[in-house]
Amino acid sequence: MAGTTLTTSSTSRATPGPGKPPTPRRPKRTPDSLMGTVAKIVLLGFVDAIAVFVMFQLVASAEWLILAICVVVTAVVNWIYLRSDGLPAKYLAPGVFFLLLFQVFVMVFSTYIAFTNYGDGHNSSKADAIESIQLSAQERVPDSPQYAASVLEKGGDLYLLVTAPDGAVKLGGNDQPLQDATASTTGPTGAAAGVEGYTTLDFATLLQRQQQIAELKVPISDDAEDGSLRTADGSTAYVYKPKLSYDAAADTFTDTTTGTVYRDSGEGTFAAADGTELATGWKINVGLDNFTRAFTDPNLQGPLLQVVLWTFAFALLSVASTFALGLFLAIVFNRADLRGKKIYRVLMILPYAFPAFLSGLVWSGLLNPEFGFINNALLGGAQIPWLTDPVLAKVSVLVVNLWLGYPYMFLVCTGALQSLPEDVEEAARMDGAGAWRIFRAIKLPLLLVSLTPLLISSFAFNFNNFNVIYMLTGGGPRFDGTTFDIGGTDILITMVYKIAFGAGTGRDYGLASALAIIIFIIVAVVSAISFRQTKSLEEINR
Amino acid sequence: MSTSTMTAPASGAGHDAGTPVPLQRRRSFGRWFADKGWRHIVAILATVFSVFPLLYVLSAALNPDGTMAGASTLFTHFGWGNFEALFANQERPFGRWFANTLLIGLVTSALTVFLGAMAAYAFSRMRFAGRRVGLLTLLLLQMFPQLLTVVAIFLLLNFLGDIIPAIGLGSSLGLIMVYLGGALGVNTYLMYGFFNTVPLSLDEAARIDGASHVQVFFKIILPLVTPILAVVGLLAFIAISSEFVIASVVLTDPESQTLAVGLYSYVAQQRSENWGVFAAGAVLAAIPVMALFLFLQRYITTGLTAGGVKG
Repeated sequence: MAGTTLTTSSTSRATPGPGKPPTPRRPKRTPDSLMGTVAKIVLLGFVDAIAVFVMFQLVASAEWLILAICVVVTAVVNWIYLRSDGLPAKYLAPGVFFLLLFQVFVMVFSTYIAFTNYGDGHNSSKADAIESIQLSAQERVPDSPQYAASVLEKGGDLYLLVTAPDGAVKLGGNDQPLQDATASTTGPTGAAAGVEGYTTLDFATLLQRQQQIAELKVPISDDAEDGSLRTADGSTAYVYKPKLSYDAAADTFTDTTTGTVYRDSGEGTFAAADGTELATGWKINVGLDNFTRAFTDPNLQGPLLQVVLWTFAFALLSVASTFALGLFLAIVFNRADLRGKKIYRVLMILPYAFPAFLSGLVWSGLLNPEFGFINNALLGGAQIPWLTDPVLAKVSVLVVNLWLGYPYMFLVCTGALQSLPEDVEEAARMDGAGAWRIFRAIKLPLLLVSLTPLLISSFAFNFNNFNVIYMLTGGGPRFDGTTFDIGGTDILITMVYKIAFGAGTGRDYGLASALAIIIFIIVAVVSAISFRQTKSLEEINR
Repeated sequence: MSTSTMTAPASGAGHDAGTPVPLQRRRSFGRWFADKGWRHIVAILATVFSVFPLLYVLSAALNPDGTMAGASTLFTHFGWGNFEALFANQERPFGRWFANTLLIGLVTSALTVFLGAMAAYAFSRMRFAGRRVGLLTLLLLQMFPQLLTVVAIFLLLNFLGDIIPAIGLGSSLGLIMVYLGGALGVNTYLMYGFFNTVPLSLDEAARIDGASHVQVFFKIILPLVTPILAVVGLLAFIAISSEFVIASVVLTDPESQTLAVGLYSYVAQQRSENWGVFAAGAVLAAIPVMALFLFLQRYITTGLTAGGVKG
């Protein structure tokens, strides 16, 4: 599918150029100006050129489905811009193309991944996995013939030039099985030492690149079962054969030393009868496994529940606290004759202007238990575990998010307060309502009507407020009793990120996507409910 | 809690409105305080809360003693050591990060504005089947931010890179394209509202004079909606220059990273030791954004409230 994107993506890149193709509109036919037509042809030609290039690449890599999609998309783009009708499409196409690829398609793709075991050890197809297993577990054949070898280099890659015991000279590299070669120079023992076009490594270089040389495996033939040639010292090579031998008919691996048989376990791995699995597996569809795992695996279930609850609490409390403080300050400052108002305002909204990812990091320095400014300087060397105690860490995260978010609410509330009609307030005062009553019964409801949509989007934003959590605490302190790197301040999105890309615990794209789907659902439900709520609010006040 | 405090200011205001003002100068301190003085105290407290962390990072950047423990007094030592160390570090090329961030941010925000404006023009000026549905769909889609799909984006770019290396993992171009996926959505909505305020009669007059729709778009509409273009462009730039999740996954090589990814790597492991250098980098990274923000503050505020009210 990705291929599709390519074509169009280039399309959209091209379109932002100087002129959109002027196409006559139905009612009033304006003749195309010459410049417009030329611009249109040039841009479209550019896009098509890129599309054709991509199609060639797709043919080369035999991605037929994507090729087909790519052809269709290119055709549609040409149709949109070459016909004289359909003006709106001409303006919408570039943006919609990116939207479809990087917003809609990736959501669909996430859903697909959520139903697979995609991740470390399950990265590609079964055929790839078999080949990789054969290549990885190799052992020197006990009675291997000795090959006189020298290491050659060409374009940064290493090659092995060997002379077989029978005198045949062969050359090969990591991705290039042994082939017959003609030696251009020979060494003192009569073995081949150099080949035209390649550089022979001298002894000093051999030592330097020892590790690379040890990793050099030259397949003897195209069939991985034949094994490969390897050298430890750069002068003698031996035959290595897979420790695990693959039987294509039975679809099993057999350990050549112990005789253990590994079969396709049906879970994307080869497993022995006792349950031990080979490390390299492949990607399969696992149905709802990732979801059931999330809700039943004791390693995951408890932490996940806590994370979900905290995500809601964090988002709600963040909205409530920033709104309360922002509104309070907006009311305090809603006086035209307050001296220094402008300066206060500018200084107060500085946190909003400060890049968000930096805020978390800066605060993590302030709150650091050992060296942080707050403990060391303000509290005179106290050791308060601001970021490492489960409860205090949550409080810290909320305070930092309040710091980040209240200037925004302040700006927004100020704007909304100033746009409130004055006559309503005056009428209420005439009727004898006190200030508190006016605020409670008149100002606040009116404010909420205009601000509820903003509060909702603020909730949605905080629900996925990755930066503040990840930069401040990294999600910690870690939960006990789980092997996952999840902790007390993790929200769903940081959990997704850590499971998919975290260091140490291995990447699990399938599980991460399943959790992302859960976020999708929650966000969808929350926004559906809240939009309905907004509507009813408006109707009440109307 | 804010609500309970509210009474005081409001009642103060009430008094003020009720009494004639000639005696203002002679007012007692108590009256002044009840009316305005307490507001100054609140303002000063809020200002301190806002500014203090920023002063702290500035002080840490200027403190040549480089560690977090050394930064426990404000503005006592001065030196440029951290800044020198920042630019001298070959493994973490701060200058490159800065340039990358500017490049990615500027290109993306310019294209975002352009794509969004084109879409808003279509929605605002043309009537076509699916127009309402299209607008609603955009509103719906922007509820699901791209970072939720970071895994799929990573795998997609991984795949695309095999076909066209120029847009695969590690390339700025690929990242820009991903960001453009979010170019419509809320931006179009903001712009759509603003485009609607430009009277249709202007278009019609131009049409009658023989202008094509392209000329109407570029020569009539765009000049009239410059404020919203500035707001959208600026908000997009700020959002993208702070974006961490997708950038950290796509940009793997230090040479191609942005400030967000790079500066995080400074303190990801040894937070305390690299603190001074990080602070120096943070100050340099923040200054342009903050300057731009304060410079265009008025526009942003208008844009925010307009967007909020329109929903």
